[in-house]
Amino acid sequence: MKMKQFLIQSGMLVVFAIVAILAALFVPQFATGQNMVNLGLAVATVGIVSCTMLFCLAGGDFDLSVGSTLALGGLLFALVSNRTGSLFMGVLAAVGAGAVIGLVNGTVIAKFGINALITTLATMQIVRGAANIMSGGTMITGQTAGFEWLGSEKVLGVQMPIWCMIFFFVIFGFLLNRTVFGRDTLAIGGNPEAAHLAGIPVARTKIIVFILSGMAAAFAGVVSASRLVAASNNAGEKLELQAISACVLGGVSLAGGVGSISGVVVGVLLMGIVENVMRLKNIDTFWQMVVTGVILLVAVLIDRAKAKALKA
Amino acid sequence: MLRFENVTKQFPGVLALDKVSWSARAGSVHALCGENGAGKSTLLKVLSGVYRPDSGQIVLDDVPINLRSANDALTQGIAVIYQELNLVPHLSVAENIWLGHTPSRMGLVDRRALRNQTVASLEQVGLNVDPDMRLGELPIAQRQMVEIAKALTRDAKVIAFDEPTSSLSMKEVDQLFALINSLREQGKCVLYVSHRMNEVTSLCDACTVLRDGKHVETFDSMQGVTAETIINRMVGRDLGEVFAFVPRELGAVRLETNDLTIRSSEIVGVFGLVGAGRTELLKDIYCGSLGEVHVDGVHVPRGSARTSIEHGLVYLSEDRKHEGIVPLMSVAENINLTARRKLARAGVLNKGAEKANAEAQFANQGVRAASDQVAIGTLSGGNQQKALLGRILSGSLKGVMLDEPTRGIDVGAKGEIHKIINQLASDGVAVLLVSSELPEVMGVCDRILVMREGRIVGNVPRDEATEEGLLKLALPSSEVAA
Repeated sequence: MKMKQFLIQSGMLVVFAIVAILAALFVPQFATGQNMVNLGLAVATVGIVSCTMLFCLAGGDFDLSVGSTLALGGLLFALVSNRTGSLFMGVLAAVGAGAVIGLVNGTVIAKFGINALITTLATMQIVRGAANIMSGGTMITGQTAGFEWLGSEKVLGVQMPIWCMIFFFVIFGFLLNRTVFGRDTLAIGGNPEAAHLAGIPVARTKIIVFILSGMAAAFAGVVSASRLVAASNNAGEKLELQAISACVLGGVSLAGGVGSISGVVVGVLLMGIVENVMRLKNIDTFWQMVVTGVILLVAVLIDRAKAKALKA
Repeated sequence: MLRFENVTKQFPGVLALDKVSWSARAGSVHALCGENGAGKSTLLKVLSGVYRPDSGQIVLDDVPINLRSANDALTQGIAVIYQELNLVPHLSVAENIWLGHTPSRMGLVDRRALRNQTVASLEQVGLNVDPDMRLGELPIAQRQMVEIAKALTRDAKVIAFDEPTSSLSMKEVDQLFALINSLREQGKCVLYVSHRMNEVTSLCDACTVLRDGKHVETFDSMQGVTAETIINRMVGRDLGEVFAFVPRELGAVRLETNDLTIRSSEIVGVFGLVGAGRTELLKDIYCGSLGEVHVDGVHVPRGSARTSIEHGLVYLSEDRKHEGIVPLMSVAENINLTARRKLARAGVLNKGAEKANAEAQFANQGVRAASDQVAIGTLSGGNQQKALLGRILSGSLKGVMLDEPTRGIDVGAKGEIHKIINQLASDGVAVLLVSSELPEVMGVCDRILVMREGRIVGNVPRDEATEEGLLKLALPSSEVAA
């Protein structure tokens, strides 16, 4: 019984541990310090965006516009900092734009009751279009001194993008578990009508969630532009699906109301490890897509079995 | 021709039908009467194959029939016409009539046959509309006719109507009655469920009364049967416990709205049939959709549930599942859903205060569960309800509005909830209690408001209330509807 309970509660954690151990055993280059850093860098943007995607999902919605917002954020960072010579202004423009996109998403969804799928699908297109227009279809190189700081500076031997991701995990873990806002979000996802009648400001909470999502995506855009010392209008494609996959792998329910930051950390790393190992083994990227898809499907099935076991 | 034999249906915690036996003749209109929760709807659902009885059987033309699904019932010649019609608004009239048995040739819809047969069946019910018209464009009364036409194309021998006149005008009611009379002449067996006593006495040939899931009496002829006779058989429900009413000293006016005034320590009941607008009344006060609300003379700004809570006015929904619990969250989290906003410091949870509040409410309301950390969805209805009471009662209260707080929960938990309500009133809180159960409102309340069709139509002090009197006020009549 204890064992069953443990498996139900932390099924994905066990899967994660097994995958990590197998990788370390059978892929010699895997468990090296350099590879761990590469792994961290590879998942940094997904990790940052997954934090806010967790909130969107926990509240019963999701945000498909994060990939486009990442591209727009990176471009604004490059364009504004090139124009003004101020990195601060660049970051401000990017994150501000992300907030506006989130505000639009949240308002349409929460105030006008439009489905999150349609709303964020539309903004995803609009924002990607805006990014294309803004960039003229080319890469924008960052010219201001220190543009690459957030992407490649090392603190205690670890690059800034990884620190950013860790910072996001900590902050959003705190928000989810220790603040009224976080618990309200879970309650809204768990039962919106009950949350409303219990005096929770449902619309306001949802709007804040989407604003945070937009800001986080734009900030992830700043980080990745800084790392490449250039911003591309194509950046962040399929990011929304990666983030949702990572969350679902981490046990976040698509139906809302269930999710934990530790689960998201596991989900992000699990996806990262699988891709990392396949790259080390020189497996074709097309096969990587197949494997990632299969893993996602299995995760959802595990999730369903878990829900059933909890009900019984 | 249609006979129920010892039909029994048990739901968790409730015996919805208890060995119900009666029969109805072909070529007659047979009324089925009873209060809310008497078992009429369950019986109709058994008849239409939605529910399977736990024991007993339905006999049609001396043959016991076994209904496994709604489609089974239709093929056996039984059609039930519900208040919310079973039609698809986006499809045409013809398609709706043939829904589920569309005439086809090799899987393709046979359009000509569909059209011709539709015209014929529409003529049968006296409805003159284009079969290709979208159903959604028809008024309710005509949609009902379409539903009847649908039943006739299925060659129904038994046609049951559930409150068919509740949304019809006088003229439409007359047309429906003419059609029902012609169904009787065609030898159909018509079952007629209605709360409108004048319809029962004027339209029907026979009448069966249910109470608490039990068969009370069947009048084979309506000779000498009056509305009073039927109401008399409907009341007298036995809830299995006695409410010990404790007289309280009433204080100053606490809750005041356009429609009602409640004093401190007063328990005011709101009685009415389902759909009389009781829940809407409470939600309007709580969520601030209309009217003026004053608590202790202070105007409560209209807007949201939150402002009401801030003024000490709380509400417990009748719909525990959809508007009450957050099923996957723990009992403690469910209890703290409202209070945590006040307990928190700068938006950060005060875990200690939340723990204390959850433990206090868990104990005070007598929630029975392994601990307050288990998911609330795993508890019984009664314990969920007590935890939800714990949620709304966390904090300083002035007015409490409870919507059917004891519905669907076991007798023991019912008594405990009544005790909690009494305690609240003794503490000076103004209580507004909605209930469909006469013994409950009469046992617990100082005063009873009766609602009918969206309006408060009676204000009866405790010592003047009788079951017959309250029920008579609550029952609608065709004259009023028009």
